[in-house]
Amino acid sequence: MINGAQALMESLKREGVERVFGYAGATICPAVDALAATDIAYTLVRTEQNAGHMASGYARMMGKPGVCMVTSGPGATNLITGIATAYMDSIPMVAITGQVQSYLLGRDIFQEVDITGACAPFIKHSYLVKDANDIPRVVKEAFHIASTGRQGPVLIDIPIDIQQQMIDPVYPDSVDIRGYKPSVKGNDNQIKRVAASISAAQKPLLCVGGGLFSAKAQEELITLCESARIPVVTTMMGLGLLPRNHPLNLGMIGAFGTPTANRALNTTDLLIIAGARAADRAVTSPKEIASRTKTVHLDVDPAEIGKNFSTTVPVVGDVKVILDQLISHHPKAQSEAWIADLQARRQAETQPAAAPGAGSVTPSYLMRTLGEQLDDDACVCVDVGQNQIWAAKHLPMKHGRFLTTGGLGTMGYSLPASLGVKTAVPDRQTVVVCGDGSFQMFENELATLKAMGTDVKIVMVHNGVLGLVHQIQYSSYSGPFGVDLTGSPDFEKLAEAYGIPGKRISDDGQVDSAIHDMLTASGPYLLICDVDPMTTTSMT
Amino acid sequence: MTQTISVLVENRAGVLNRITGLFARRAFNIESLAVGVTDDKNISRITIIVDSGNNVVEQVEKQLNKLVDVIKVRTLDEKKLIGRELIIVKVSTSTKTRQDVANLCQIMGAKIADISSTSMTLELSDTPDRVDLFESLLRPFSILEVARTGVIAVQKGSGKI
Ligand SMILES: Cc1ncc(C[n+]2csc(CCOP(=O)(O)OP(=O)(O)O)c2C)c(N)n1
Ligand SMILES: [Mg+2]
Repeated sequence: MINGAQALMESLKREGVERVFGYAGATICPAVDALAATDIAYTLVRTEQNAGHMASGYARMMGKPGVCMVTSGPGATNLITGIATAYMDSIPMVAITGQVQSYLLGRDIFQEVDITGACAPFIKHSYLVKDANDIPRVVKEAFHIASTGRQGPVLIDIPIDIQQQMIDPVYPDSVDIRGYKPSVKGNDNQIKRVAASISAAQKPLLCVGGGLFSAKAQEELITLCESARIPVVTTMMGLGLLPRNHPLNLGMIGAFGTPTANRALNTTDLLIIAGARAADRAVTSPKEIASRTKTVHLDVDPAEIGKNFSTTVPVVGDVKVILDQLISHHPKAQSEAWIADLQARRQAETQPAAAPGAGSVTPSYLMRTLGEQLDDDACVCVDVGQNQIWAAKHLPMKHGRFLTTGGLGTMGYSLPASLGVKTAVPDRQTVVVCGDGSFQMFENELATLKAMGTDVKIVMVHNGVLGLVHQIQYSSYSGPFGVDLTGSPDFEKLAEAYGIPGKRISDDGQVDSAIHDMLTASGPYLLICDVDPMTTTSMT
Repeated sequence: MTQTISVLVENRAGVLNRITGLFARRAFNIESLAVGVTDDKNISRITIIVDSGNNVVEQVEKQLNKLVDVIKVRTLDEKKLIGRELIIVKVSTSTKTRQDVANLCQIMGAKIADISSTSMTLELSDTPDRVDLFESLLRPFSILEVARTGVIAVQKGSGKI
């Protein structure tokens, strides 16, 4: 016989789990104890929220669920932001929380919270385990649910007495959940209709999002857009699906997107949305577009279809499979004139230029230069705020990844996510882009970075304010209030305290060599770039 | 306009919470909700009546389907459904009014569940419209208490969901 915690670890191993991000406390101690006896690696974070973000970064690179494990009560509530972020970004994750003794549940004893109840609105599914014999089945189901259909977080809440209950575990080989059968293959007739529409279209447009990364459908995307001659625009979550310089890539749509991408969206005669919600930030007038053009929506989640966009042809299934099905019909659009026009417009878009001597770094130039110097397959983890918008607009992606939280927009995501990335792909060049506000939301994780002995470069847009809010307050309210980051530390010294070298620059003339020095330094590095707080995201 | 949605769910702790939570979060209005176990004791049937404006029903159906504990969701055809609601209503009566209330019960097919010198408790199971009618006809007699179950419904004919 073994205890529930040991059965939990064995179940995790059977799901291929190699690492857990966690933070211990009394009610999770049996599980931590059991973990210590396995070869599953463990990363201690500095606050539970970041265990969620690290699991997210890991999951996005591995294409399988990341696992985080924390204690009950405050540990669980601290993790909530990590869970909600993964939910909004559709990232597969299995979160494990300790819980007070099952026979004391409901009495508000020390460190009891109803975490399954609290997370219900923003979690794919959750379990409160009341018998250790259920653990192997629950774990198997949790991984299945997290990683199939529209991916997302699943929570397993396990009371401490259940972790200690002695059992003879039975490990199931498969799952059968009668209420959960996500579609995989697209309906053949619908696919035929889509293929025919493409061949009839003169101005077709593919709008792709993070769902294509989840489905691992990058190659299919390239094959389809090239063979069917369809230009591509992306959402923020879809950045990096195609290299910036791919001839059919028109860039990102939305308020912060490229003029050419938005023009294409407003003039297309066949809009194919694939693996994207095309939510409010990407498309501000979905009704107007849908009333004018034929729209096709390919998505694994039927509830997304028709939610933001009314759709002429819906196709539900795994987008990778759907794209393959479409390719097999060899559709080909009559789109050469349209492509030529868009390509000319794309080329004419101005490239951010340096303005040396201004005493402030030009963010667009900073991002372009950074992108140009990065490895082809570098992974850029981007925080939230003006820094994020500048990176999204101006950092040229090659064959790497652009990891940000487009759904929840959680400040402090970037560094923990990058540490998750590093555990998944230790040899990939990994760079964080953040603001001075977001830096102060994750700076405790510099300790984790140090403990891991890993190599993450951090580029901070240092404007002394909560820039994006500052900008909105200027344009739409009575003026800036409560966004001045006075009191911030000397960031170079702070990094130094963690043994991380840093440099501060304040002029475009320094950008090129500073980035070079950062990228060639061995080990982590902090590059602080002074930016005028009045610089807005609409400037180039 | 309202629509009736029939939902088969796993009969487990927390399921109803997930369903009502979903309605609250997505700002869907529930007009009525009734739950009971089916012939299979592991499965409960929830009958929900929602306001059908703004494509709400389609989103409700899709969002319900996403819940892992939800086995099946079906929007019933309003013309072909048998919907019933139970009302228990207690009215204040005197020797003068008792006979009038009893007559009303007879006309409406309601039963007298309890009687005292100052009150009568009546029960009626019928379509929601007739239950409404019954309740309004009783209003002049001064209603002391009303309990209604919410509608349960199945489709006519031999088909099942
Ligand atoms: C956790 C969290 N709190 C608040 C916000 C609202 N918010 C969005 S951008 C932003 C400013 C971010 O400031 P900073 O990190 O300095 O980046 P900048 O915009 O200056 O580049 C804030 C406060 C948020 N997105 N996340
Ligand atoms: Mg800032």
